[in-house]
Amino acid sequence: MTTTQDTKLTEFEDNDQNPVGFGRMLRKEDARLLRGRGRFVDDVQLPGMLHLAILRSPFAHASIVSIDTSAAEASPGVKAVVTGETLKGLGLAWMPTLSNDVQAVLATDKVRFQGQEVAFVVAEDRYKARDALELIDVEYDVLEPVVDVRKALAPDAPIIRTDLDGKADNHVFDWETGDEEETNRVFAAADVVVKEDIVYPRVHPAPMETCGSVADFDPVEGRLRLWSTTQAPHAHRTLYAIVAGLPEHKIQVIAPDIGGGFGNKVPIYPGYVLSIVGSIVTGKPVKWMEDRSENLISTGFARDYIMRAEIAATSEGRILAIRTNVLADHGAFNGTAAPVKYPAGFFGVFTGSYDLQAAHCKMTAVYTNKAPGGVAYACSFRITEAVYLVERIVDTLAYELRMDPAELRLKNFIQPDQFPYTTKTGWVYDSGNYEPTMRLAMEMAGYDELRKEQAEKRARGELMGIGIAFFTEAVGAGPRKNMDILGLGMADGCELRVHPTGKAVVRLSVKTQGQGHETTFAQIVAEELGIPPADIDVLHGDTDNTPFGLGTYGSRSTPVSGAAAALVARKVRDKAKLIASAMLEVSVADLDWVKGAFQVKGDPGKSVTIQEIAFRAHGAGDLPDGVEGGLEAQICYNPSNLTYPHGAYICVVDIDPGTAEVKVRRFIAVDDCGTRINPMIIEGQVHGGLTDGVGMALMEMISFDEDGNCLGASLMDYLIPTALEVPDWETGYTVTPSPHHPIGAKGIGESATVGSPPAIVNAVVDALKPFGVRHADMPLTPSRVWDAMRGQATPPI
Amino acid sequence: MQVTMTVNGTEYTREIEGRMLLVHFLRDVLGLTGTHWGCDTSNCGVCVVWLDGEPVKSCTVLAAMAGGHEVRTVEGLANGAELDPIQEGFRQCHGLQCGFCTPGMLMTCRALLDKNPDPTEGEIREAISGQICRCTGYSSIIRSVRWAAVHEASKEEATAQ
Repeated sequence: MTTTQDTKLTEFEDNDQNPVGFGRMLRKEDARLLRGRGRFVDDVQLPGMLHLAILRSPFAHASIVSIDTSAAEASPGVKAVVTGETLKGLGLAWMPTLSNDVQAVLATDKVRFQGQEVAFVVAEDRYKARDALELIDVEYDVLEPVVDVRKALAPDAPIIRTDLDGKADNHVFDWETGDEEETNRVFAAADVVVKEDIVYPRVHPAPMETCGSVADFDPVEGRLRLWSTTQAPHAHRTLYAIVAGLPEHKIQVIAPDIGGGFGNKVPIYPGYVLSIVGSIVTGKPVKWMEDRSENLISTGFARDYIMRAEIAATSEGRILAIRTNVLADHGAFNGTAAPVKYPAGFFGVFTGSYDLQAAHCKMTAVYTNKAPGGVAYACSFRITEAVYLVERIVDTLAYELRMDPAELRLKNFIQPDQFPYTTKTGWVYDSGNYEPTMRLAMEMAGYDELRKEQAEKRARGELMGIGIAFFTEAVGAGPRKNMDILGLGMADGCELRVHPTGKAVVRLSVKTQGQGHETTFAQIVAEELGIPPADIDVLHGDTDNTPFGLGTYGSRSTPVSGAAAALVARKVRDKAKLIASAMLEVSVADLDWVKGAFQVKGDPGKSVTIQEIAFRAHGAGDLPDGVEGGLEAQICYNPSNLTYPHGAYICVVDIDPGTAEVKVRRFIAVDDCGTRINPMIIEGQVHGGLTDGVGMALMEMISFDEDGNCLGASLMDYLIPTALEVPDWETGYTVTPSPHHPIGAKGIGESATVGSPPAIVNAVVDALKPFGVRHADMPLTPSRVWDAMRGQATPPI
Repeated sequence: MQVTMTVNGTEYTREIEGRMLLVHFLRDVLGLTGTHWGCDTSNCGVCVVWLDGEPVKSCTVLAAMAGGHEVRTVEGLANGAELDPIQEGFRQCHGLQCGFCTPGMLMTCRALLDKNPDPTEGEIREAISGQICRCTGYSSIIRSVRWAAVHEASKEEATAQ
């Protein structure tokens, strides 16, 4: 294991010319994006293309009495107006969600959240489509909404899902993990038990590009082309086949450049389906792009967990057990995007990075009159909530024991010789070495000096806080035996072709939304095959020319698809070896692989390059017995386990005692994602996630008034960090390779989003220690911090 | 109504509706899709272009208001195959990920450097504070601008000699 601190990446040589394989390499995709030549969904222009706009419900809960579309139909430039009743006739009014629930494509009986889709207009341009929306006359009979999640299961609560046969309450599911009896026993015998109610509020990924699609249905060929903002084009294709009844081989889903996803672009939204309907109805290509308010009020939100956390420990600070009871708000439809057997995602990793004797979680999920979703915003399938829970409750224990939070963590880490480590909730952590990561973060932060500074400032009445979070993530779903989405196993294909001149093309099932796959995957193939990354084209996002796989979310691209790319390259290399042995007239056993060439053992002068082999594979002359022409391979990689990256984060905040404004002064992030493919890209992923963390901890929240009106419906109301709210990030790393991943890599895309909120909140609470504050919920806006300083901290919901 | 404006040095005359936004004119009428649209409230800045040399949010400018004026977009930054130093800075310092906010960021940062060739970190943060990037966490954007500043300065020095 190496332990190094990142240097500032201000001046680096482009190593494009000095391949081959891992290391900092400038991104291939930047050439087009810097020139304004990216191709995003809204950039797609097709001849005769029409524009679709959606009429949405102004109410959270209301019966639809009638809809009059006549004035809209007569509006200039309007080509079609469609309501739920029309869809009902086509059998398309409802669609399955990713959690085996159903969701209304257009409302028929009633609306169940503010912003729900009620009707749509297709017109010549986006302005005319919007004009016509205002002419649709809908008569609603307003019903009492279920807004307070705590009252969703009250006996007198209005029933939201009257569409489900026999549904007499708002219950979605109960879920449990761990051993309740054993956990209770450990708690009963423990010296110290600390209990805290912790809320992880509803937030929204809000990628800069909103969701949208362009559907082009060809009635003659019966063929559908759909450009859409999707992180999972193949899974979407299959679901469209199921939803729309179109044969799957006639559906082409194209995810072009995607302007950020963060989980927001995993589900299938009604808008995508409506664009398909619009194209079928009008016989023209139809574009739908939602506006920002539509994105914020109707598409996949994240979190919304109310958690009661308890921790048991000895008086010396040995953590014994953690238990939690969670109330989960799933909105009006259970649209959670998570593996089917994991209704709470991977929340089971709430045991964190600690060696416990017992753990137990009980969860109840309910419907409310809010937008559907639940898993999004770079959460690694609810690991954000799990890590927040454990890292917050560990800090409350430190508070009660009057222990330093770093010391408490160091005392309880799972030790290196315990890996692979099976947690009390059944997760098998593949590898980890936590203490060096923690120590490096403390060293970079100057931890002891910071504590001294804090003591001095406290003596002067100044508010400074130091927050620590240590996380372990579980990323890279499957394996397929345990993990599927609507029956589709979570595995990923990869195809590699080496052309006669030695240039290659690798085709992926996953889809970048900014993570730099076109660079990283070229580097993986380059590392394995010795072809310079500049000579390797990475194709992705088009279901017609890429192999099947489940897509990019939950930090699964490198753990799953990255493994597939490495293995497919090795398969090609194995074949190349057979051809090399014929070319060099030696046995296979007498060949050594030096990156990019096979050479005869003991005779380095006698060798053939991979490029020479490629030409021979396609060229004239006989190949060895049993070897087919060409140099290409395809595989489907089914991971044997998830990968478990970890990290240590330290945040320093200052709070203005007069205004209660929190300023993040420093943030030190040390990540361990195993083998590092492109440090520049890794650092970028971490920086983005840390900024998400500042947003969630201090600014962002999707809230509702008592009538169910969404109060975070624009970027004036839903506050996202700008350059003024975040510090210059300080990053470092350790390397603990994954033992089961072919190149030892682990996921990194969401680590910082997972790990940073507890570090920031812990820092704020630490700063407020002089006020006797042990916990305060996010978002820690000035008014909420002000309340906490006065002993009046309240949950945000 | 008819509107005539110069975009990246070329004059265009088009028949438009009076209510058309500049961002839609550039994207849908002229096909210059490098300029993006991201919110309705002038908060995100992915639509920033120059109007007579000043960065503006083109989602809150009517196309008609740009009539008779000069507009510059991201497509007008590079000199043929040669990237503008600010573009090169973003490339060198990983100042972009998904690339959606990038055109607006580039236009703002180019304008900053034209006015202030040696901006501090604080000045850069202030300059881009009306824009949102969801991917980079801003540090690498700040490094990118500094890269461009340093390289432009050394280039000018070389030219002067």
